[in-house]
Amino acid sequence: SSAAMAALRARALLAPLGTRLRAGPRAPLRAAASGPPLYDVLVSGGGMVGSAMAAVLGHNIHFHDKKIALLEAGPRKEYNHMPDNYSNRVSSISPGSATLLSSCGAWDHVCRLRLKPFRRMQVWDACSEAMITFEKDDLDDMGYIVENDVIMSALTKQLDAVADRVEVFYRSKAVGYTWPVPSHSCDTSPWVQVELADGRKLQTKLLIGADGHNSVVRKEAEIKNIEHQYDQSAVVATLHLSEATDNNVAWQRFLPTGPIALLPLSDTASSLVWSTSHDHASELLAMDEESFVDSINSAFWSNINHSDFIDAAGAMFRSAISLVKPSGTAVRQLPPSVAKVDPESRAMFPLGMGHATEYVQHRVALIGDAAHRVHPLAGQGVNLGFGDVACLAHHLSAAAFNGNDLGSLKHLFKFETERQRHNVSLIAATDVLKRLYSTTQTPLVLLRTWGLQATNALPPVKVRI
Amino acid sequence: QLSLFRLTVKRPFSTSHSSVDSKEMKKFQLLAHKWWDEEGEYAALHSMNDIRVPFIRDTLLSMNSNYHLGNPLSGIKILDVGCGGGLLSEPLARLGASVTGIDPVEDNIRTADQHKSFDPVLAKRIQYKSSSLEEIVEGSMETFDVIVASEVVEHVADLEMFIKCCSQVLKPEGSLFITTINKTQLSYVLGIVVAEKIMGIVPEGTHEWEKFVRPEELECLLESNGLSVKTVNGMLYNPLWGSWSWVESTSLNYAVHAVKAVAQAQSPATDTPPETHIQQCSATAGTAG
Repeated sequence: SSAAMAALRARALLAPLGTRLRAGPRAPLRAAASGPPLYDVLVSGGGMVGSAMAAVLGHNIHFHDKKIALLEAGPRKEYNHMPDNYSNRVSSISPGSATLLSSCGAWDHVCRLRLKPFRRMQVWDACSEAMITFEKDDLDDMGYIVENDVIMSALTKQLDAVADRVEVFYRSKAVGYTWPVPSHSCDTSPWVQVELADGRKLQTKLLIGADGHNSVVRKEAEIKNIEHQYDQSAVVATLHLSEATDNNVAWQRFLPTGPIALLPLSDTASSLVWSTSHDHASELLAMDEESFVDSINSAFWSNINHSDFIDAAGAMFRSAISLVKPSGTAVRQLPPSVAKVDPESRAMFPLGMGHATEYVQHRVALIGDAAHRVHPLAGQGVNLGFGDVACLAHHLSAAAFNGNDLGSLKHLFKFETERQRHNVSLIAATDVLKRLYSTTQTPLVLLRTWGLQATNALPPVKVRI
Repeated sequence: QLSLFRLTVKRPFSTSHSSVDSKEMKKFQLLAHKWWDEEGEYAALHSMNDIRVPFIRDTLLSMNSNYHLGNPLSGIKILDVGCGGGLLSEPLARLGASVTGIDPVEDNIRTADQHKSFDPVLAKRIQYKSSSLEEIVEGSMETFDVIVASEVVEHVADLEMFIKCCSQVLKPEGSLFITTINKTQLSYVLGIVVAEKIMGIVPEGTHEWEKFVRPEELECLLESNGLSVKTVNGMLYNPLWGSWSWVESTSLNYAVHAVKAVAQAQSPATDTPPETHIQQCSATAGTAG
């Protein structure tokens, strides 16, 4: 709390705290008895991150007597068993995220439905032989590839389990928010007012915005967002491999046009995430299935972008490393070849980067893509969101056990500081990587080649990643 | 050296029937609407919740094995004496307790009532009353499980009467929690000169050093009124971070937990006229300090 209070004081010096305590349209004066239903926490947005937030709080012992609401614009998603075909929207789930989902009982459902653990990750450059592999020494799983629908279904089940505490509003969209004036001028309602599309009104002591990278909560709270549209779209598809294999490696190759990734789904199937220019993406979607499969195989296997100079420079650096650290170089393995693509599974969506300058305000907190949007090349997107959930739940739990007002900036600032410190460096690094790998210019290729080779040889750096 | 700081007169034996000091009341009247500004005059009291609420909560939980972590103080009746704007009443009520908050300043009660009115859970669990402690004694004999007198005893006119009344409205084996300021050279320099006049941590004129209470004196008064002292902890405010922490030394701020004895047996102590307890306890504290 000491650092947070110092920050609070610093803020108060630099900019009057009133800017964080919004003076919007005044909330109406109401006695406690009448008035819209009042919730302790209202989560706006029922995607993976928003649903996880509601489920984790709902299962938290200090929230046993609290009232939580979750607003989701879409319908309820639940599966008792998965359809034969894999969905084309999958996520790479880190062990930390798995722990979070486990804490609210959702991970069991995920395991029962379907998921694919992977043990190794190979990342390499199309312009050189440089490569880095990630592997956990203790033979543990590095991560899991899970369909988004599976995660949603698991969370829905766990929300049902705490239905006495968590009220889920499906097919409900918030169309307006009214912010309270700071609590010490106490003649108006101190709560956040939420108006739904069907005219219903709700009140909450804390509003959590989990409504995606075009967050309405963030916009209405007038929180500035630093954003940048990449000139790229991601093409996703479900692929079938030429032959069955252990398939416990995640593959990613950096092409000049963008990274192409193959994520294992089963022994015979993998998910494609190919970030490339908008034009190329449209081409890929339009071409026939055979040509599509050929493009993928060629992208992973072809050495057309190598130049002799780079190859020689890379080889020289590699021998230099092997003198110093014999085990620091490795043979590049080849990913499995693809035989066919699931019809109807091809899709594309535009990519961008975004970061909210503030994650919190009086009675408001942003989590997930509403707070930060990142390029898929690092496979981090939803893991950052789950990290937000874990951190915010921790601080809210402590606040509840201390009898605090849940919307108080005192603990919301702690959440913001912790997560910004973690997220900003990762988002910046991802952005830098994306730009660094978008070129064929020799000096930059050499830089990243040597950089990648060096990183592969240095255990401490690799472990941090 | 102490004589340098000694102000006008020693604490008089009180012949009044009230522990309320009207001069003190006026001071708080002026700031009645400032209670809930977390960054304002009462910022230090707001952040004191970070240690006093867990202290009260954990002490009570350790004395009672039958609780639910979702509602830890459920079923416990608490009297918050000198509740002001309700800064401490509200967190205790959120943890499940039924809280009665009393304060002699009507404007404070008005502020407290209004602040709780928007939260139906708090509105039900907290009752505020503009009253002194003496005024409720008759109707509340042995009514409360817990009494909290936080940052209050350094403002009362008659400390012994105050403690007697606490003992009367407390159930046997009930707990009394007090936080207050020690009467030392250090507390004059830091608690009055620095806190009030230099840094403005506390509104100027809030405290009178003469009325600060030494822990030895307080302990003595408590024990001679049937309240057994279980814990005395030093507290320290860090103005840079705006946060409180527990410390070894009680030279500045400190907290006390006392428990009312089960049977109020006729002990020799009660034969002596009550007015002399305070003389005895001051003398003890004087020689000990």
